[in-house]
Amino acid sequence: MNVLLPASLPEALDMLARDSAAVPMAGGTDLLVHWPVRVEAHDRTYLDLSRLEELKPLTWKPDELVLGGLTTYWDVIRDNRAGREFPLLVQAARQVGAIQIQARGTWAGNIVNASPAADGVPVLMAYDATVVLESRRGREEVPLDRFYSGYKEMQRRADQLVVAIRIPRRTLSLQVFEKVGSRRAQAIAKVGLAVAHSAAGWRVVAASVAPTIRRCPALERLLESGARVWSSEDLYPAIAQDVAPIDDIRSSARYRTRVMARVLYHDLRDFWRGERRA
Amino acid sequence: MSVHSAIRNPQSAISVTFTLNASPVTVEIDPADRLLDTLRYRLGLTGTKEGCGEGECGACTVYLDGLPVNSCLIPTYQVRDRSVETIESLDPGALEAFERCGATQCGACTPGVVMTAWWLHGHADLLRTHTIREVMAGNLCRCTGYDGIVDAVADSLAEKAGKGKEET
Repeated sequence: MNVLLPASLPEALDMLARDSAAVPMAGGTDLLVHWPVRVEAHDRTYLDLSRLEELKPLTWKPDELVLGGLTTYWDVIRDNRAGREFPLLVQAARQVGAIQIQARGTWAGNIVNASPAADGVPVLMAYDATVVLESRRGREEVPLDRFYSGYKEMQRRADQLVVAIRIPRRTLSLQVFEKVGSRRAQAIAKVGLAVAHSAAGWRVVAASVAPTIRRCPALERLLESGARVWSSEDLYPAIAQDVAPIDDIRSSARYRTRVMARVLYHDLRDFWRGERRA
Repeated sequence: MSVHSAIRNPQSAISVTFTLNASPVTVEIDPADRLLDTLRYRLGLTGTKEGCGEGECGACTVYLDGLPVNSCLIPTYQVRDRSVETIESLDPGALEAFERCGATQCGACTPGVVMTAWWLHGHADLLRTHTIREVMAGNLCRCTGYDGIVDAVADSLAEKAGKGKEET
């Protein structure tokens, strides 16, 4: 095993341009879980990002919140303004492991780890976040809802680092995050949901029910249409179009579908019944 | 498990200097060394325990730049120039409430539990948004003695608040 220890972002991008097989590491909360017993990891080269101070702060701008490439869950939990303006970020962050993980884990790391069960990605996607990638060849921005192309497949080239996550500041008339796991803390989601409504429309994002975190266009259309829905079962056709849950170690496809329908119906009951308009 | 035995083509050792319990320390490490192993096997600070080795149980909790972290999930090279504090740095008084409340059974989780609990003493404002149970959620007790742990944390915080009042 080798490690590259850049002191600045330009140095890190140079190193990554020369050795694109190097694995960037921020807080290490995912990478260290298999460390170093996994045979294929022995010959790997890691690129340590922990000294890239310029990527740490989160920044409030007039029309957006910008998370740095190394902004941690804890940074967001401790930002009072984030709790007021983007409560789902704080709710999701507080459900990632516990403080020991929240202090180390980064939002950008959550995105590129690309787990279908990620907690941070659904809320970022519901807020229409954009991923900012940088390499020696320049900057590129990819909307998070177009970032994943398949299980652990994404629009990040090997020489690119996630240097920022841009989140537009909008007036939200509704926002909900739900994580259903075996217990409240230190658990991985069996089903995750993030729902937001703003002038840009409805966003329904599901986790742990498809190879990637993804938006649910059929459910979003159903909500936009204002059609009445009188039970959770009535959501099954749209859910079947939007997601493809599987049976695995944490849950079953049937359980996931039922829970997704019930949680979504419960959270949006007033809208489904036409008793409240977004 | 020795992490050294697993390495086939190791990079030459890295020299890492950091602050450990308020004193500077320099160690030659392998890039694959975890902070937990460096503390226990290179520096002899065996108060920090290994439980699960994958960031679930919190037995290996130390402070890195003042925040509780799992030392099993940190490569030692990442603490260069940073400050690390272990259970050995704590005032023995940190344990009093745990003894009083019977908050330790087999004791394997106790160093990590005490580290998180003691950290809360310096961040009591967190209790405006978090419950004690949420703050302590990253420390698992296989004896399931959670009520005793929560009582001890509450007790020691109340005691500290009481003392604060007496002093003013």
